[in-house]
Amino acid sequence: MDNHDIGLMAHLMRRAGFSAQYHELEARAAKGYEATVEELLYPEENPHGMDLDLAERYFVEWSHHARGVPEYFAFRMINSRCQLEEKMLLFWHGIMCTADSKVQSYPSSYQELEMFRQYGMGSFRDLLVEVSRNPTMVYYLDNCLSHKGAINENYGRELLELFSLGVGMDGKFNYTEDDVKEASRAFTGWTLANNVPGQPYGRYAAKFLFNPDDHDEGEKTFLGEKGNFNGDDVIDIICKQPAAARFLSRHLYSYFVADEAQVPAWMDTPPRDPETIKMLEDEYFRSGYNVRAMLRVLFHSDAFKNARFAKVKSPVETVMGTLRLVGDWTAPKPGFEFIFDEMKYMGQEILNPPSVEGWHTGREWIDGGTLVHRINFTAEFISDTMQPGIKEIIERLASKSPVISSEELVDGCLRMLGHYELPEQTRQMMINHANNAGELRTDSDGFATQVTEMLQLIAATKEYLYA
Amino acid sequence: MTSNKKDPVLVVLQMSGAYDAMNTIIPYSDPNYMGYRQELGLTPDQVLAIDDKVAFHPAMGPMKDLYDQGKVAVIQGIGYPNPIRSHFRSMDIWHTAEPEKMGTEGWLGKAIRDLDPTSENVLTAVNFGRGLPRALALPGVSVASVGDLETYGVLTGIDGEDQRMEALDIFARMYSPLIGSGPANDYLSQTGLDALKGADILSTAPEKYHSTIEYGGGPFPQWVKNIAQVHLANFGTRVLYTGLNPGAFDTHANQNIAFPRLWSEVSNAVSDLYHDLKEHNQGEEVIMLLFTEFGRRVQENGSGTDHGSGSVAFVIGDAIKGGLYGEYPSLEPAKLDEGDLRWNNDFRSTYATILDKWLGLDDHAILNGAYEQFDFIK
Repeated sequence: MDNHDIGLMAHLMRRAGFSAQYHELEARAAKGYEATVEELLYPEENPHGMDLDLAERYFVEWSHHARGVPEYFAFRMINSRCQLEEKMLLFWHGIMCTADSKVQSYPSSYQELEMFRQYGMGSFRDLLVEVSRNPTMVYYLDNCLSHKGAINENYGRELLELFSLGVGMDGKFNYTEDDVKEASRAFTGWTLANNVPGQPYGRYAAKFLFNPDDHDEGEKTFLGEKGNFNGDDVIDIICKQPAAARFLSRHLYSYFVADEAQVPAWMDTPPRDPETIKMLEDEYFRSGYNVRAMLRVLFHSDAFKNARFAKVKSPVETVMGTLRLVGDWTAPKPGFEFIFDEMKYMGQEILNPPSVEGWHTGREWIDGGTLVHRINFTAEFISDTMQPGIKEIIERLASKSPVISSEELVDGCLRMLGHYELPEQTRQMMINHANNAGELRTDSDGFATQVTEMLQLIAATKEYLYA
Repeated sequence: MTSNKKDPVLVVLQMSGAYDAMNTIIPYSDPNYMGYRQELGLTPDQVLAIDDKVAFHPAMGPMKDLYDQGKVAVIQGIGYPNPIRSHFRSMDIWHTAEPEKMGTEGWLGKAIRDLDPTSENVLTAVNFGRGLPRALALPGVSVASVGDLETYGVLTGIDGEDQRMEALDIFARMYSPLIGSGPANDYLSQTGLDALKGADILSTAPEKYHSTIEYGGGPFPQWVKNIAQVHLANFGTRVLYTGLNPGAFDTHANQNIAFPRLWSEVSNAVSDLYHDLKEHNQGEEVIMLLFTEFGRRVQENGSGTDHGSGSVAFVIGDAIKGGLYGEYPSLEPAKLDEGDLRWNNDFRSTYATILDKWLGLDDHAILNGAYEQFDFIK
C-alpha cells in the first residue's frame, strides 16, 4: 500500500469522521479515495450505522432524571459506521444551537439531533424549514412566545444572523433591523402544541403546532420582497441570497478544510481561500442548495486534500478520535458520563454550547486550561496497553524485527497515529530520547512501555493538537 | 496611594446574556415604569430603594448592603455608540473596546502587557472558566485559564518523578517556538510553555487558603472563590476574570423565575469575595468590575425582555467612592432609542477610569483615544 494513499485516507477520516485505526485506513485506501467518499456521503445504504438495541439500554433517552441523550450521541460518534453522518450532526448542532441548560427536555433534544441526522446532508432549505418547526428550537429561541401583534424577535434574528446569512458579507450588511422584525412576523403562529415538558413529566417530547389564529397575515417586506409571507416563504427568500451560499460554504470550509476567522468577523474578513469558497457557492446554487453535493465537491478539491493538519482539533474530535484510535467504548459499559465530561472540561459539551452562537473554534479551543486537560486525557488513554488499538500498534512495531532503531520507533508511532508529521527538530528530540533508553528489543518486557511513552510524548506535541 | 501598598488588582465579573438593566437598578418611581413592565414590574414596597428614584432589585440584597456602606459605584446609562443587539458582537465590543470596527485585541490583554511588559510573570492575569474571554486575548500575552484549580497541571498521568521531570523537560523544549511557523503555532507554543510554568505555581494556591467565608456551590461562586484563593496566595496576579455561565441572563422568557435566582447567586458571590478580602485585610487592594453586554427592551414582551441597549455596570470595593454615576436614561417614550434606553456614557469612560486611576496605565493608548473619566476611585 502506498504511504501517500494511507496518509490521505487518515486525513479524510479525521475530517469526514472521527479518525480511524490503521487497519481501517489500509482497508479504505485499498478501496480507493473516491469509493470511500461515496460511502461516507450515502449512509442510507448502510441504514443501521450501529447496532442500537444494546446501546439504548445504556442511554435511556426517555429518562429525564438520568443522563443519557448527549452521551448516546457521543457513543454513536465512536461506533457508527456512518461517520460523516455523525460529523454532520455535530456540524449542524454547532451552528443551529440549542442548549439543554434552557430546554431541559432530553426527549425533545433527542428528536432535534435525530432531525439533523435525517436532513443534515440534504437540501439546506428543507433543513431550515425543519429547524424552524423543531420544538426544541421553537422553545429555545422563544418563537412560541412570538405573537401576532407582539413579536419576540429572538428566532427571527438568529435565523438570519447565525443560521443562514450572517450579519454581513464583503463589508456590507446582509439584512436590516426591519428585516429581523418582518421575519419574526412571518414566523408568528409557529409554536408548540404542548409546553416543553418539565420535570418530573419530561418523558415525552414537545410537539410543533402551527396556530393560524396567531399568525400575522399582513403584508411584509423582507429582503426587498413584498408579500403575505409565512416562515416557509422567508426561508425561500433567504436561500436565494448569495449570502446564504457564502455562509454555508464558509462554515463547511472552516469545519472540514481549515480554520477560518470566527463567524462574527465574517462581514469584514474575506474567506482565506476565495477560490474554493466560490466553487462551493456555485455548487450550492447548481445543486439546488444540496449539502451532499457541496460536500462531494469539497472532498474532491485540492484545497481539502492539501489541508492536512490545518485545523486545531475540537474537544469532541480529540476525545472521540482518541477512543476510536485506542478501540475503547466499542460496546456500552457503565461510566461513559466521565468520558463525556472530558469534552466539557476541554470546552465543548454536546447539547450545551456556550451560547446560541455555538463554539468558537480553531486556536480558540486552546488556552492554558484546556491545553493541559487535552494533553493529560490523550496521554492517559494512549499509554494504556490494555486497549486493543494500542496493543495493535505495539504488535505492528514489534513485528518488524527483534531490534528496531529509534528512528523506526518514532516514525512508526507517528504513522500509526494517522501519519502525523513533526518538524525535524522535534523529531530528532524524540529520537534522542528513545536513544537514551538503550536498545529497542521488540521482544523485551520493556518494549510496550517504550512505545507508550513515545506515544504520550507525540500526543503532547503541538502538532498533535491539529487534525 | 501610599508606597507600602501592594499593587492594585482588578477583578472582572462578566454577566453574559445581557441582564435587564431596568429591573436591576429599577426606576421604581417613574410613572412610565409600570406601564412598560406590567408583568415584570416591581412596586415601591418590593424594591431596595437607593433614593426616591432608583432601587436595587430585591434579589440583590448583599450588593445593596455594600452600596449602603459606600462600596459600590453604580454606572447608570452605560453603553456604546450605534448599539448592536447581537450578544456576540456586543460582547466583542466590550472585550475589544472597539465599537466601530472588528477588533481582535482584548482591552485587558493590552493592560496586562503594560502591567508586565517583559512577561516576567505568567500569572499576571488568571481566568477562571471554560475558554478565554477575548478581553484577555492579545498575541504575546499569556493568561492562565483554569477550569478547576484543584487539578491543574501538565502530564500529571506520567508515573515516577524522574520520568515526569524528563517528559516535562521535553515538553518545554518541543513547545519552544520555531521560526516562521505562523501565528497559530506561535500562540500554541506560548500557551504550552506558560501553562507548564503557571500550573506549578497555581497548584499551591488552595492549600495556602484559609477563610471563614463559605461560597455558594455553583460554578460561578466557586470561580469567585478561586479568585480569592489566587489573590491571597500572593502570586503577583493583577487581573482576575470570571463570568456567569454564558447566556444565563438572556431572559427572553420567564424572566421572573431566572432573573432573581441569578442576581441572588451573583450578589452573594460578590459580597462573599468582598468580605473574604476584608477578612484577610486586603480589601483596599482589589476592585471588582461587574458588567453585561447590553440592556434589554424597555417594553417587556409578556414574560421576558428582548435585546436592547443602555445598561448599568458596577464597580465595587473599599477603594471605590460609592454612589450613582451617569444618569438614569429617560423612560419617556419620545426619548427612547428605537424602544430602548438611550445610553449617556460610553463604557470606555469606565474602562479609562479603571486603567488610569486604578491600574495607573495609559488609558489613551489602550483605548485608542481619550474618554472622560469618572470620579469613582478614591
